[in-house]
Amino acid sequence: MTTPRLELKGITKAFPDVVANSDVSLTVMPGETHAVLGENGAGKSTLMKVIYGSLMPDAGQILLNGQVMRIRNPKEARANGIGMVFQHFNLFDTMTVAENVWLGLARTSLEQVTASIVAKATEYGLDIDPRRAVHTLSVGERQRVEIIRALLTRPELLILDEPTSVLTPQAVEKLFLVLRKLASEGCSILYISHKLHEIRELCTACTVLRAGKVTGVCNPKEESNASLSRMMIGAEPPLLEHHECQAGSTTMVVRNLSLERDDQFGVDLQEINLSVCAGEIVGIAGVSGNGQKELLYALSGEDTRSPHGSIRIGEVDVSALDPGERRRMGLHFVPEERLGRGAVPTLSLAQNLLLTRTESISIPRCAGGWIRVKALANHAERLIDRFHIKAGGPNSVARSLSGGNLQKYIVAREIDANPKLLIVSQPTWGVDVGAAAQIRGEILRLRDEGCAVLVVSEELDELFEVCDRMYVIARGKLSPSIPIAEATVEKIGEWMSGLWDRSVPGEARHA
Amino acid sequence: MPKLKLEARSQPSQMWSYASPLLALACTVAIGVLLFALLGKDPVKGLQVFFWEPVKTGYAVGELVVKATPLLLIALGLAVSFRSNVWNIGAEGQYILGAIGASGVALMANPATGSWIVVPVLLAGVLAGLFWAGLTAFLRDRFNANEILVSLMLVYVAVQVLNFMVFGPWKDPHGYNFPQTKTFEVVTRIPRLFAGSRVSIGIIFALVGVVLVWVFFFRTRSGFAQQVGGLAPAASRYAGFSSRRALWTALLISGGLAGLAGALEVAGPIGQLTPYVPAGYGFAAIIVAYVGRLHPVGMVFSALLMSMFYIGGELAQSRLGLPKSLTGVFQGLLLFSLLACDMLVNYRLRWIALGVGK
Repeated sequence: MTTPRLELKGITKAFPDVVANSDVSLTVMPGETHAVLGENGAGKSTLMKVIYGSLMPDAGQILLNGQVMRIRNPKEARANGIGMVFQHFNLFDTMTVAENVWLGLARTSLEQVTASIVAKATEYGLDIDPRRAVHTLSVGERQRVEIIRALLTRPELLILDEPTSVLTPQAVEKLFLVLRKLASEGCSILYISHKLHEIRELCTACTVLRAGKVTGVCNPKEESNASLSRMMIGAEPPLLEHHECQAGSTTMVVRNLSLERDDQFGVDLQEINLSVCAGEIVGIAGVSGNGQKELLYALSGEDTRSPHGSIRIGEVDVSALDPGERRRMGLHFVPEERLGRGAVPTLSLAQNLLLTRTESISIPRCAGGWIRVKALANHAERLIDRFHIKAGGPNSVARSLSGGNLQKYIVAREIDANPKLLIVSQPTWGVDVGAAAQIRGEILRLRDEGCAVLVVSEELDELFEVCDRMYVIARGKLSPSIPIAEATVEKIGEWMSGLWDRSVPGEARHA
Repeated sequence: MPKLKLEARSQPSQMWSYASPLLALACTVAIGVLLFALLGKDPVKGLQVFFWEPVKTGYAVGELVVKATPLLLIALGLAVSFRSNVWNIGAEGQYILGAIGASGVALMANPATGSWIVVPVLLAGVLAGLFWAGLTAFLRDRFNANEILVSLMLVYVAVQVLNFMVFGPWKDPHGYNFPQTKTFEVVTRIPRLFAGSRVSIGIIFALVGVVLVWVFFFRTRSGFAQQVGGLAPAASRYAGFSSRRALWTALLISGGLAGLAGALEVAGPIGQLTPYVPAGYGFAAIIVAYVGRLHPVGMVFSALLMSMFYIGGELAQSRLGLPKSLTGVFQGLLLFSLLACDMLVNYRLRWIALGVGK
């Protein structure tokens, strides 16, 4: 029997509040593509950081090629043939690709680095120009830089943390080709994901984590989505009830919205046309960094530079109104960033209600109004109960909640306001499967009650699940809309690269 | 061998946020004892001068309150600023302008003027402080000029304005060429609360200020918006709270209160405008604000403590023959100890045995 490339025995890592890994064992053979599957917060990232030397385990052993190792930092990990591609890239925007790669390498010239980048890129079909500045690259291209950087150290084990969350479906296919080639050359791959179909397509072995413990080891190709999901969350994900959409009158119209970026590395919005009707859920798909952030700032009123008349709610031009004024017209918004934007981390849940709700305010004319503390706490309490939020109570500070629970609270806060128009960005980003299903269910219920909903998400699966109609955003431009019945993953994937003009014009009739 | 390790707390410790100022005070005293010993003075006597003498008699306590009043008034305003992430470091300048403004009105009085003159004297101080802080707000708002630098630099401009007035147009013609105004008419004197003590109605203003600032912070939506702007600017923008409004509110409140403190001082204990009006209260109030946790009630205590240091420094000079700058040393020690102790709010210390994880 061959020696495993990597063997973990009884790894335990505890943080002050939570045991992130408890007695985790895992074996990766040479040339094997091994999936680590688990929900957010199951301990996947902690485990990878232990392997990569960013964290020291409290107990347990790491064996590399049969040798017991003590990896004290990422540099030692790299020296021992472990490479890692992080979910959040570590690249300097203002430097070129070659300069970024050069930073991590000792005793070579920039010319040598450039040459070896080109060589690796050709070998694996990773198209990249080493002389380009990183801020001009798309997210997919940045990931290629990270992969090449990892490959240059000739790893025997490559760790990829949620690599496809930033890619179009076509780019995912390309990435898989590279990974298969690597595996065929004998490199072991640890592939972290919570996307079941990807794991079944790519991986030959799988270790499932739940709440820091191993709950299953299997060959994913022999498992069904349902059985993997049972191992991952202990149950099958609840199904959503999706009724036919009864679209009513138009709630919001965006006409020829063009907006120059106000931050150097932002995206210019170009001639955005968009409409959302009462009783329908409209989705905006796209790879992050294609103008979603800028569009949402303009729609919510956090950016009021939009041209006169470009954004209307009902018949009213709202382009110059601030977020508070738009909220009074029935527009509620759930931003992508929870801590620091959707909620103030150090304030209590009750106090965080005051960001967007005024029910507990009396005498509004005097100093913005008097806060009725008791009513405010009761209001927070009601939301916590109604949405089953795990929190100490209305006085717990926002930052003490898990990401999923805080997201539930923020969504609850906006839904509870009975909005006319709800805009949600990344509704279930970083949220566990159960909570995600609940949030999607609430959004659907709101639609059935006649609210207009706009969902911006990078997760295509999610958009296909909840939307009635879909737009795609790419490089600051918005595609025509397409009813969900006519949308396919292939077509949306193509549109995500900005290629909707090739489609038959007849399909754009909903724009 | 075990090793001491700092470990992040999952939630800031409520207990330590109160205990930290007390521990900081203990550290300050301990270092103070060491300091007295090194200077060859009896530490017990030194501590007595700083912590016992200022509260020994009713009159001494009165003096303590007299010095604490401007500190508390200025610190209240600064707390509004700092909680809004507006770094007004120039309260000293706003205090000086308040003194100048109040003096301008006080100089207009004659022996026949009614005692109503006190009201315009104080108002002039408030308005002058508002104006001086408003300059900073305007430059920040219009040109995005850094308010830390602008407000600090305006302190030195204020000092020059003060000097110009007392060396020039307002110099007392019968003052033997000393750079100071004539002594203000008695009617302009801020009313005192008790006979035999210099405590004036200023302390009432300060205590009403404590209540108002508390209400503003914790019971009004404007106060809430103000603090959100400081804690999480993106959340404030998301909520639709105006950051310009927060900037102006913060600077105008702190400027107005500093100006009021200046007016109370110049028309109270001092009684004339001299180049010695700037006593560093505007800077000491920054320490008062932080030691008091930017909380209105906490600042009452820290203002008294800081006032003790002022009086202690003066006593140390006369009784122990130590330089008066000891006051500054103690203020600095307290602030540094507090910054160090505050670490315990967010971290805990733990002994860990080495060798785990093998």
